[in-house]
Amino acid sequence: MGSWVAPEWRWCETMAVLELRGLTKRFGGLLVVDGLDLSVAEGEIVSLIGPNGAGKTTVFNLISGVFTPDGGDILLDGRSIVGLPRHEIARRGVARTFQTLRVFLNMTVAENVIAAEYASGTVGAVRSFLGTPAARAEAERMRAEAERRLAFFGERLVGYRLEQPAYSLSYANRRRLEIARAMATGARLLLLDEPAAGMNPAETQEITRLIGQLRDEAGYTILVIEHDMHVVEGISDRVVALDHGVKIAEGSFDDVATDPAVVEAYLGKGGAATK
Amino acid sequence: MPEIGTDRWVAEFESRRVRREGPWGRLIEWSSRRWLWLFAGAAIVYPFVIGGDFGIRVGVNALLLAMLAIGLNVVVGYTGLLDLGYVAYYGLGAYGYAFLASDQFGIHLPTPVVVAVVALVVFGVGLVLGQPARRLVGDYLAILTLFFLQVFVELALNLDRLDLPFVDGPVSITGGPNGIAGVDPMEILGFRFGQVRDYYFLLLVLVILLIVGVTNLARSRTGVGWRAIREDTLAAEHMTIPSGRLKVLAYAFGATVAAVSGTVFAAVQLGVFPQNFTVALLIVVYAALVLGGEGSIPGALVGALIIAMVPELLRTPAGARLLFYGGLLVAGLTLVRPRRRLAVIVPGLLLFGLAVRALVAGIWPGLVAAETAGGVDRWLLRFSASADVVVSVLFVVTIAVALAAVAVRRRRVRDALLILGVYLLVLVWENRLVEEPSITRQLLFGALLVVLMVARPHGLLGRPRVEVV
Ligand SMILES: Nc1ncnc2c1ncn2[C@@H]1O[C@H](COP(=O)(O)OP(=O)(O)O)[C@@H](O)[C@H]1O
Ligand SMILES: [Mg+2]
Repeated sequence: MGSWVAPEWRWCETMAVLELRGLTKRFGGLLVVDGLDLSVAEGEIVSLIGPNGAGKTTVFNLISGVFTPDGGDILLDGRSIVGLPRHEIARRGVARTFQTLRVFLNMTVAENVIAAEYASGTVGAVRSFLGTPAARAEAERMRAEAERRLAFFGERLVGYRLEQPAYSLSYANRRRLEIARAMATGARLLLLDEPAAGMNPAETQEITRLIGQLRDEAGYTILVIEHDMHVVEGISDRVVALDHGVKIAEGSFDDVATDPAVVEAYLGKGGAATK
Repeated sequence: MPEIGTDRWVAEFESRRVRREGPWGRLIEWSSRRWLWLFAGAAIVYPFVIGGDFGIRVGVNALLLAMLAIGLNVVVGYTGLLDLGYVAYYGLGAYGYAFLASDQFGIHLPTPVVVAVVALVVFGVGLVLGQPARRLVGDYLAILTLFFLQVFVELALNLDRLDLPFVDGPVSITGGPNGIAGVDPMEILGFRFGQVRDYYFLLLVLVILLIVGVTNLARSRTGVGWRAIREDTLAAEHMTIPSGRLKVLAYAFGATVAAVSGTVFAAVQLGVFPQNFTVALLIVVYAALVLGGEGSIPGALVGALIIAMVPELLRTPAGARLLFYGGLLVAGLTLVRPRRRLAVIVPGLLLFGLAVRALVAGIWPGLVAAETAGGVDRWLLRFSASADVVVSVLFVVTIAVALAAVAVRRRRVRDALLILGVYLLVLVWENRLVEEPSITRQLLFGALLVVLMVARPHGLLGRPRVEVV
């Protein structure tokens, strides 16, 4: 009887939140992602690194449904999400931020987050138009929820800033707002595309700590693209290095950082030789 | 464009608060919170103040335009769908009412039934014809929807000699170019709408309900979703917003609002005619929305009221005068900064006028008409009829002075030019323009629109938008 239960139990325990199998994407003749295998387990923080143009953002775009892959499969909790509409993928628990920030510029900070709570609502347009008690209650709940999400970032995005249009935010605050927005979708898997880009050293430290908190306190599973090796070192359970769309190394930060293939990818052949 | 990154909004936060103080600021603050009550109060009083049927008819047109603009605001202002077929749904609503409540087919259904059926059918049509909005954006959608409007007009014009099976002779559905006359007046709960005033109050109720409803929608997840789609469709989709469905919903909602106002339009003019639903009306609705400020409900309302009522106000010299001097006063109070400059400009203007008058009357008495009694004539030159050419020349000079006043930087010279310019403007106005309402009307209305849009490019009550990071 034990042998009957065990396989199922083991399957549950090891099932990845996200699994990429032989993921492939071409742009014209260019092979941008080439047979990528990757799995991210529940509660794990995995960093995706690699030189510019390695195909990291494209991997995010494939997972979140911006592009459909030319080959391979993307499994979320064991079920394929390839070909689903983007909002459906988000609804199933994948939320992302953007390397080139894409906050809703002409909406307030609070509205940016409320927009991302769409899927959690149940009131339709007719009841909203009529202003029924249920509609009012939902609007209030969403507003309170947005404030709660934004409070995750301490004092930075609360108080009078709630009513501030997003275009007036500093660069770092826009990055924070994007994270708050991704959290508000109710996702469990966050895809963070270079969250520390353009931040100063103090802000970088803060974001490093914050990503740790996202996992430890809020329970997110995180796949993060990052260039800053201090950040990568600080947060990663596992690091995956990509070059020309191919996985060239995978393992702990120390293993990957000293991997000859990785050093070569970053510095070129000559650089690797002199090192 | 505002500077990004530096927290400009924070920097201005204090000054923004300061500006709202003082009695004037408190009044603005108060009226911006209670604008719907203010509008409702003014609109209820309006028919009794204005008296005659003509004035109320103007009010009816203004309210119809307001409904159209507020509906279009959802489609264009919130969701960002450039819908150029919008007035086709106004037409559909009007023809729908005519089909179900006239002798055209001998059908005379109760008004609430007609309006409900028309609203539901047009909502369905909107859901179907809105499908392209899922994929098409910007000018592509604009061209397609403009085509819808042309199709509607063609159908309305040509469905008057249709050969149907089992029916002898051609059948007229739309009445062709002659439209459908003899449409039933509305009747709700036993109350028969006999006068224009009845329709005016019906429309007022509809407009207020619509404003309340759209305001509710704007706060809901649907409304916030619409605006997120306009801001960045892809990012909105990543935030769980089903952009396709919400776009189609916005499109169909706009269509339904237009159709409901169309039913009232058909009833109030007791007929429908294809020439009522052309691109000309489309431009007027867009003008109202853009003038008021895309994305703002009070903006759409104010824009519609201005576009519908100001040209009527300009029909009579008295109305035109009111607008002209009112406009000068408002321009003086808002554009001249700091305000204490007015303490130089206003007395300067008075003295300048008296001096000029004395001078010209002394040197060249033939030019000046015999003095009429009192008022502005003691100050202003009145030319005799033979001096028309002089006035025309002065008109050109006025424009030159105005341009110079804008270009010059030095404060003193600028104030002097301003005095000269305003004086000349009043001179030309009183001697020529006010006597020729047809020209004045177009000229003043055009000038008003230009000035308003230059002063507030994002519309009277709209917010400036930032498009690029
Ligand atoms: N939409 C696209 N069309 C064509 N080529 C693209 C597109 N997006 C990315 N690429 C190309 O794919 C390669 C990988 O890009 P990207 O995934 O953005 O790299 P990374 O994020 O690792 O810097 C680059 O050569 C880029 O030019
Ligand atoms: Mg990238």
